[in-house]
Amino acid sequence: MNNFFFGIYPYIALSVLIFGSIARYERDPFTWKSSSSQLLRRRQLRLGSVLFHVGVLTIFFGHLFGLLTPLWIIDALGISHSAKQVLAMAVGGIAGVMALVGGGILFHRRWTDPRIRKTSSVADIGILGLLLAQLVLGVSTIFASAQHLDGHEMVKFMHWAQGILTFRSGAAAQIADVSLIFKLHIVLGLTIFLLFPFTRLVHMLSVPLRYFWRPGYQVVRSRRSAPLPAHSDAEIKQARVAAAKSRQRPQPAE
Amino acid sequence: MSHLLDRLNFLQSKELEQFANGHGQVTRENRDWEDTYRNRWRHDKVVRSTHGVNCTGSCSWKIYVKSGIVTWETQQTDYPRTRPDLPNHEPRGCARGASYSWYLYSANRIKNPLVRGRLLKMWREMRKTKAPVAAWSAIQNDPILRAEYTRTRGKGGFVRASWDEATEIAAAANAYTAKTYGPDRVFGFSPIPAMSMVSYAAGSRYLSLLGGTCMSFYDWYCDLPPASPQTWGEQTDVPESADWYNAGFLLIWGSNVPQTRTPDAHFYTEARYRGTKSAVISPDYSEASKFGDIWLNPKQGTDSALAMAMGHVILREFHLDRQAAYFEDYARRYSDMPMLVALDEKDGHHIPGKLLRASDLAEGLGETNNPDWKTVAVGEKDGEMIVPNGSVGFRWGEEGKWNLEERAGETEAKLRLSQILDEHHDDVVGVDFPYFGGAATANFVKCEHPEVLTRNVPVKRVTLADGREAMVATVFDLLCANYGLDRGLGGEWVSADYGDDLPYTPAWAEKITGVSADKIIAVAREFATNAEKTQGKSMVILGAGLNHWYHMDMNYRGIINLLVMCGCVGQSGGGWSHYVGQEKLRPQTGWLPLAFALDWNRPPRHMNSTSAFYAHTDQWRYETLGAGEILSPTAPEGDWDVSLIDYNIRAERMGWLPSAPQLKTNPLEVAKAAKAAGMEPKDYVAQKLKSGELQMSCEDPDAPENWMRNLYVWRSNLLGSSGKGHEYFLRHLLGTDSGVLGKDLGEEGGAKPVEAVWHDEAPEGKLDLLVCIDFRMSTTAVYADVVLPTASWYEKNDLNTSDMHPFIHPLQAAVDPAYESKSDWEIFKAIAKKFQEVAPEVLGVETDIVQVPILHDTAGELAQPDVRDWKKGECDLIPGKTAPNYVAVERDYTALYDRFVALGPLLDKLGNGGKGIGWDTRHEVEELRKLNGVWQDGPAEGCAKILSDIDATEVILMLAPETNGEVAVKAWEALEKPTGREHKHLAEGQEHTKIRFRDVAAQPRKIISSPTWSGIESEEVCYNAGYTNVHELIPWRTLTGRQQLYQDHLWMRAFGEGFVQYRPPVDLKTVTQEVLDGDEKHVVLNFITPHQKWGIHSTYSDNLLMLTLNRGGPVVWLSETDAQAAGIEDNDWVEAYNVNGALTARAVVSQRMKEGTVFMYHAQEKIVNTPGSEKTGLRGGIHNSVTRATLKPTHMIGGYAQQSYGFNYYGTVGSNRDEFVIVRKMKKIDWLDQPAKQEAAE
Repeated sequence: MNNFFFGIYPYIALSVLIFGSIARYERDPFTWKSSSSQLLRRRQLRLGSVLFHVGVLTIFFGHLFGLLTPLWIIDALGISHSAKQVLAMAVGGIAGVMALVGGGILFHRRWTDPRIRKTSSVADIGILGLLLAQLVLGVSTIFASAQHLDGHEMVKFMHWAQGILTFRSGAAAQIADVSLIFKLHIVLGLTIFLLFPFTRLVHMLSVPLRYFWRPGYQVVRSRRSAPLPAHSDAEIKQARVAAAKSRQRPQPAE
Repeated sequence: MSHLLDRLNFLQSKELEQFANGHGQVTRENRDWEDTYRNRWRHDKVVRSTHGVNCTGSCSWKIYVKSGIVTWETQQTDYPRTRPDLPNHEPRGCARGASYSWYLYSANRIKNPLVRGRLLKMWREMRKTKAPVAAWSAIQNDPILRAEYTRTRGKGGFVRASWDEATEIAAAANAYTAKTYGPDRVFGFSPIPAMSMVSYAAGSRYLSLLGGTCMSFYDWYCDLPPASPQTWGEQTDVPESADWYNAGFLLIWGSNVPQTRTPDAHFYTEARYRGTKSAVISPDYSEASKFGDIWLNPKQGTDSALAMAMGHVILREFHLDRQAAYFEDYARRYSDMPMLVALDEKDGHHIPGKLLRASDLAEGLGETNNPDWKTVAVGEKDGEMIVPNGSVGFRWGEEGKWNLEERAGETEAKLRLSQILDEHHDDVVGVDFPYFGGAATANFVKCEHPEVLTRNVPVKRVTLADGREAMVATVFDLLCANYGLDRGLGGEWVSADYGDDLPYTPAWAEKITGVSADKIIAVAREFATNAEKTQGKSMVILGAGLNHWYHMDMNYRGIINLLVMCGCVGQSGGGWSHYVGQEKLRPQTGWLPLAFALDWNRPPRHMNSTSAFYAHTDQWRYETLGAGEILSPTAPEGDWDVSLIDYNIRAERMGWLPSAPQLKTNPLEVAKAAKAAGMEPKDYVAQKLKSGELQMSCEDPDAPENWMRNLYVWRSNLLGSSGKGHEYFLRHLLGTDSGVLGKDLGEEGGAKPVEAVWHDEAPEGKLDLLVCIDFRMSTTAVYADVVLPTASWYEKNDLNTSDMHPFIHPLQAAVDPAYESKSDWEIFKAIAKKFQEVAPEVLGVETDIVQVPILHDTAGELAQPDVRDWKKGECDLIPGKTAPNYVAVERDYTALYDRFVALGPLLDKLGNGGKGIGWDTRHEVEELRKLNGVWQDGPAEGCAKILSDIDATEVILMLAPETNGEVAVKAWEALEKPTGREHKHLAEGQEHTKIRFRDVAAQPRKIISSPTWSGIESEEVCYNAGYTNVHELIPWRTLTGRQQLYQDHLWMRAFGEGFVQYRPPVDLKTVTQEVLDGDEKHVVLNFITPHQKWGIHSTYSDNLLMLTLNRGGPVVWLSETDAQAAGIEDNDWVEAYNVNGALTARAVVSQRMKEGTVFMYHAQEKIVNTPGSEKTGLRGGIHNSVTRATLKPTHMIGGYAQQSYGFNYYGTVGSNRDEFVIVRKMKKIDWLDQPAKQEAAE
């Protein structure tokens, strides 16, 4: 049982996540979207969405850092396990509450606003519910963690997570004896991974990061027949120079 | 290739260059996703077609086809240009039309022939052992078997059948009916040929070859304005919408142009930009109201009071106090105002009698041809009696004097309009006029005055041919008296002050209509001032809001009088724009032979539907309106107080109205008996009718021999839309569950008819077979026995015309008919072929005797100067003179299909024509032989083929003057004989213009001027009705040959409508104490059924796209105060009911509505989102569930010049606006979606 949920299930969930996402992107690109309901109703959206996203992103990257950073790096940096755990509890706790409040607002909005409700799919409401449940579970693990502030439990999770990702057998055994609340949190987390490709969560993969360092405000797409840009920057520079030259063509005399 | 791999290029710079100081960048990235959007709008072809619903907007549409599927449509924008200074016709087309392509592949589409399951089961059983007709006969002769399927009509249970089987049932039923009862028991109902002429013609050609009855629609829909034939002798002729632009003053009266004439509304907007002033008259704040400079909102149904007050003002200010030269000249030349009316004496009182005729005077004033049909006037110069040219007596039997020249034969003849001057009259006498304003029901304002008003009129004394002395007055003088104008002659009931509370002053009208007197005066004055300055460019656009009332002719004549007083009719930019139905079949004379098989036998059987449905759905058995209630107090002595159906029977007997069925005995048998007796069929029938051995069917509509037996409904939704008295249709005609809540006259103990035979037990389920041909599962289809899937408007080739623009437009097959459907032309071909196969079992070559009423535009219209009933012994029965005519017609039932697909020999023999003008058409028939090919053998050997729908369109286009210049020239030449004037110039130069189907497919084409219409197509003026009457001096086809404001027929006078009167809505007594449920909260409201925004005009109300735009199902509109009174809030489910039945709908509570009225937009069917009625326990109901048709005797008049019958021209109309309903909030919404209860074992 333990082996299935923590030794096999993670691979199922991650496989579905990866291949499912690829399949959806290939087969049905027009469904690859965040399905924002901002056009239907702005009320509650700004506060709920910002709280939720800031909280959730913080937690997400916190987990990535906390679980997947190899122990020797942590040790090399001289961060004690205890300190790391307290840090995780503090940051995770604050972010978790933010995400819970934000998610609560969003759920309320989605459930009670007739226009949003009518246009919501089962998956839209379901995934939000699951995320909220996961947040509740995650926040409640703080109380379990508070029982042993020395960080040894945390190290078990790090071993497990890294074990899974590095295909080491026996990863499941690492966390066989942890508190039930952690196990539930992990299983639900994996389930969310599993559902990921079938929901609007896929928009995570298409965050327009490039937007943050865009050079200008007006984007003009080139003609389709223009050659694809070269792979080396040198060629691009050449192209830029050529383009600049053509712009600076001497004007005919008046 | 792979979307993902293509996008995995994060490390690659997408920037090609920068610009705008780095604020802009040119990127190079994958753009394949754009193709999705490009493909979305990519298509394989575009085909021109239009929407053949009963909106003949005739808008040009581009139909887009992609991979063999119609995907969408957009407005076509290539109309031929208009002349300089006139806006273009585009854009044409509305949102309803744009939603049509949804239908083609919707779930509403009928995919296969369907037959009522129980019928099909017994049919298959019978067919195992019997031939088709014998099989049908066996089912019909077993009452249990017959009831098995008739009682389940409307309750589902359809099963698929093959085309072969379904057409065999129909053909066998037709053959059985023709053999057993007579072919005239096979009926067909289809409306508005103009919307798809070939589709209409397919069914009517089949029926006409069979001897079946083609039913009218225009009168039944109540779109026919009887005032038009009364005044002009013309069914309806109106200006095209482009002519609105030429108007100086536009009065929009009871018409909602932007909502119901959407594609034309831009001309209204453009006219406003040009500076045209506009007043809008509408009780509710309609969409049109905001176009007006002024909005008048009279109480609904009181429009004639408003019109008469305006007439009062115009006569006062422009004809009496000051004579506007243009108006006076126009009135003298183009109206009956100078004609003399003889005054009748009754108990020492004088009442206006008949128009004086030449025959009334010594030696007929020298007239020998039809002197009793030539009206008389007084010459302006010497005061002598004159018989001016142009009256109907000149039209028949002589040539050259039927024109509007100011002449009497060879002499100049300027007529005297009024005898007001002392030297012009011999006396001033009191003349009685009826007054109906006091007869209003509690729901309308009563304005009490005596019911007879005596007013002084200047008269001249003349000695008649028989030596008596008579007093005569001009129509003008009587008209002024009728309008209550004080002319200094003393006496009562006339006024010189607009503030007097006397009929028909503005102050009086204010009391009745609620519109303030100063507004009435202002609008009337501006209307007339503009007309005077512009020589008639004041126009009234009027519509169903006025025409659907019981006394619609009063509303209309009130308005027409304004136009005639101001010289607007026949002037471009002026006149009468009646847009209800827009049925104008422009190439009519080319279409008639095709549609009614006039190329094979004449005459066809035509029936006015209102009278037919009134009788056959037994609505007459529930009649609550007595003729006595609407009779004039000035009526001459007579047997007037009988029921309405009695009037109709008398009218049929005297040859005024058609009958269907015609004789109680099968006409095929009558013909055989006549032959056996060695008599002419006509004489035989006359003799036997007199002796009583033959009876007319109309006298006993409930006798099984006289039932309507088979009914084809195509291009129509009779039961879901136009069927006034819907619940009576269900009960008596179909024999299924109905929601009739009242009792018939037998149960009520009311006065029964004297002419119609009363059966204590009313028959239920008269119809043997109802065949519905449609592309969607309409309410009618739901109730049918056989449903045949037809091609939609993007799947067939046809023609379409409108009176809103002068172009002829095609429908084209953009794709083949979907599923198993076929075009109407192919369906009726299939039925004809099957009939030809099946009929020889019982029928061969037969002689049929067709009964024909006295028809307008034939010499017969001079039949009855006086009303005499042969049955009462008042005259002898002379077919075609005092009774209907009887004509023997040979039918070859073994060659019906062969004739259907061939252009028969009668066109060569008898020529073609219409509206009293005939011409030789051998040349065109020969051309058609060359164009369509010739049958080489068989019964139609040597005849041109009409195999495909395109062949059929070519027949129409070749034969019609409007689309064949050579015919136009011939037609104008033919008209030159009676008028003695030159008209040919109107078509000359167009001889070589010949429009073919492929031409209109390339671009809509403007038609050629034709004498069968009263407007012309030219570079100088827009099409406008009456134009050739005024400018070519062609008489109107009326008794006087002029626009007739005085109707002198005995029945018109008896019902007080010689002159226009204000007549309040009638009391139909449908809200009774019995039907009312205790003290439940409710309101009683006037039930109005206007045209809607989300349906009918161009598409139907079950269209999902349209449903989405409104409330997704049936709605009624209420005012806020009425809703409050009944405790109704917006969007509540409400029920509206009266003795006729009940309907359910959601309430729209709106400030737009006038208190006291409830709107239910026309034709919201009960097939979408309609719960069960608490009152009837049956599903909802449609708007006609609470109505019942009520006939008006004056619409039955016949044999009297313009008041003679014509198909869709004159006759009873199905009015429905005088109805009241109880509206209440529903307590329980029952969707009736539980399983059907098992039927109790019988």
